[in-house]
Amino acid sequence: MTPPVLLQISNLSKSFGPVRALKGVDFVLRKGEIHAIAGENGAGKSTLMNIIDGILRPDGGEIRLDGAPVRISSPAVAQRMGIGFVHQEIALCPDVSVAENIFMAATNASRSFLMDYKSLNRKAAEVLRQLSDIEPATMVRDLPISKQQLVEIAKALTLDCRILILDEPTAALTEAEAQLLFGIMRRLADQGISIIYISHRMVEIFDNCDRVSVFRDGTHVVTHDVGDITSSDVVNAMVGREISELYPPKQAEGDKTGEVMLAVRGLSDANRFHDVSFDLRRGEILGVAGLIGAGRSEIVKGICRLEGEVSGSITLNGEPLDTRTYRESIAKGVVYLSEDRKGDGVFLDLPIDANVSALRLGQVARRFGLIDAEMEAGQAERLGRKLNLKCGSLADPVSSLSGGNQQKVALAKMLSVNPQLIFLDEPTRGVDVGAKSEIHRILRDLANDGVGIVVISSELPELIGLCDRVMVVREGTISGEVSGADMTEENMMHLASVTGVQEETA
Amino acid sequence: MTTGGSMYSAAEHGLHDKAEVAEAVPLWRRMLRMRETGLIVIILALFIGMSFASPYFLTWANIRAMSMAFAVDGLLVIGMTILLISGGIDLSVGSVTALAMVIAGWLFLNAGVDPWIASLISIATCTGIGATMGFFVTRVGLHHFIVSLAVMVIARGACLLGTGGRPLGLYTLPPEFKFIGQGAIGPIPIVIIIFFVAVIAFDFMLRRTTMFRRVFYTGSNKKAATYSGINTKKVIFLTTTLCSTLCGIAGIIYMARFGSAQPTFGVGLELTVIAAAVIGGASLNGGSGTILGAILGVILLSVVSSSLALLDVSVYWQDIIRGSILLAAVTIDHLLNKKRS
Repeated sequence: MTPPVLLQISNLSKSFGPVRALKGVDFVLRKGEIHAIAGENGAGKSTLMNIIDGILRPDGGEIRLDGAPVRISSPAVAQRMGIGFVHQEIALCPDVSVAENIFMAATNASRSFLMDYKSLNRKAAEVLRQLSDIEPATMVRDLPISKQQLVEIAKALTLDCRILILDEPTAALTEAEAQLLFGIMRRLADQGISIIYISHRMVEIFDNCDRVSVFRDGTHVVTHDVGDITSSDVVNAMVGREISELYPPKQAEGDKTGEVMLAVRGLSDANRFHDVSFDLRRGEILGVAGLIGAGRSEIVKGICRLEGEVSGSITLNGEPLDTRTYRESIAKGVVYLSEDRKGDGVFLDLPIDANVSALRLGQVARRFGLIDAEMEAGQAERLGRKLNLKCGSLADPVSSLSGGNQQKVALAKMLSVNPQLIFLDEPTRGVDVGAKSEIHRILRDLANDGVGIVVISSELPELIGLCDRVMVVREGTISGEVSGADMTEENMMHLASVTGVQEETA
Repeated sequence: MTTGGSMYSAAEHGLHDKAEVAEAVPLWRRMLRMRETGLIVIILALFIGMSFASPYFLTWANIRAMSMAFAVDGLLVIGMTILLISGGIDLSVGSVTALAMVIAGWLFLNAGVDPWIASLISIATCTGIGATMGFFVTRVGLHHFIVSLAVMVIARGACLLGTGGRPLGLYTLPPEFKFIGQGAIGPIPIVIIIFFVAVIAFDFMLRRTTMFRRVFYTGSNKKAATYSGINTKKVIFLTTTLCSTLCGIAGIIYMARFGSAQPTFGVGLELTVIAAAVIGGASLNGGSGTILGAILGVILLSVVSSSLALLDVSVYWQDIIRGSILLAAVTIDHLLNKKRS
């Protein structure tokens, strides 16, 4: 017997300027099911979820809840309809307690004049007990990222919801924490609550969900019971072609003996990472995996001297890399592409060409430090062509571009200094499928040309498809390395989450 | 699509898109979109309207008086605009300008220092005040608003302390010194020449030099600037210092013009200066602004004040009207920006 339909979405469309994020999407959610949503970055998953939660309004199409057409005009309306959303980004108030965060909505709706902390803490403890041993009175800022993620989930659990949306909730969780979450999800589903579960991890989808819907490029491709489909079917549906074609060819077996270009030994900083050692060989693309908060970005930023003081030795092309500031690192050809493109990767309100030239203004300037507008535009045009950048005018602000083209501007900025070594932090986050494979191809070409490439990504299939070798970071240090046939999601997730205690018993 | 496609094949794709890349917007179109054009139109409309309303308005004497009024403040507006672009703000400009006068005047009157040397000492002191503010902002990590608010009060207090609250009459200033503030070359006052030289020089530097491009990067996105290897602390330190240096220079010019040092000069001047910069397109969030726009902003405010005076509008109304202009300009700008994005 098929359970009744709870949420029915038909022909939903949504555009952001010229970018069509959703192109007539259909989607059906049944009562009491755990429904996985799969799709690459930029496939339209987040847009759809934001519409269901009332954050965005659709341009066209229909949403029916219990068979009746509804307009979800704001997150508050969504909440009243029983829709709860755990976002991928943690959105808690760091300076108030866990309990107050969990009951923020209830406090807002409360009629009483005074806060009743005692009952707040008691109620919070009840919810938290099933998830973790978090103390309700703790300040959120004092919790590690994985616990903060659990607080987000606890917050959603207290809402009396009928539909619970979880957007990559396990990206920051260890395996054990994730298993707890899956148990809770199943219990909720048994109570008749429908769960929409977004994940990049096939293993999680196939182990814990009932059905899976695949999105690609703003369209809904297919929905299946997980029993009727294999994970490679899902991946092929996600990318729209055979997986082998999606990524550029890897290094041939015989080429893997390139000289070591970067050698890092015993790198530590004050508290976020310790004793990190690894090599990067010329011609290879090295991946970095790990949970959110494990210290991946911090290690890389430490090597570039972007943040904090580091100790240990770094050797680049046989010479010690003894830079003290990021400025000096750039001068030596070591650059970092930020994971937060809009936050710190580009200057959104400045023109494209002024963005591309920012790393080394001297290259587009003549005597007395006067910027030559033609040289600056010429540089942007040359690199823009190399990266197949699509834009109106180079004088337009970067904010006028789509995510993929913004990322190409950020990349052009890196390439403008002819770098020897590029660290890329989530290089394809929020980038559409087409631009994504272009970026992958560019990275492979750069590696073939002898540029050192290190890629951090939370998207395990991307690491598997793109990299020749992946090192896994756990709790601030390298917990292992995989290459060749060992590069599987299971192996990487295991290395990313096992704790010392479990290692001994294993 | 071949799997082995290099970036050079991607480049060939790029060639096809070339047409859409290079399509430049015609100059007149771009000019229409610029905020400076709108300001010029408004100022011209005011001129035309006022020339009918008051026969005195378009006389040489009135135009000269109006120009003298905004010329020196224009130096402050330049400093403020650059500081706003870098993401800062300075509330102390009025007091520091007054302090520059008082320091130079006091040294000249009470210590018998040569007025030129006294002026240099005074400008150097103002530079030091700016550097101190820059220190508190970049090294200690305080907010510009608070630091400059404190300095505004301290500098005003120092002015009153040094003068006992009364203006210092500097009747013995040598004529060649007073020439800076009162003289003219042909029909054009020196003050206006200084103003135009400063405007052209800073406008050019702001548009063209790598040094000032870093100011835009820093104000547009401080973190992205750091991630581009720019020393944002240094940039903010320098823009903060420059603003105070320009206050010092403006103070000396005022002293030469008035022939006295007035401890209560420039109360509320910071608001006019910030308003002019913002009307001219500078954003309090940093990253945008032009010298030309800011100067048009200060001209507009000055023409409005002068018009209201000629029309016999009470001085009390003038502040209300200037405040309303600021609010209107910022609102229109905000709405236009929203529409564009």
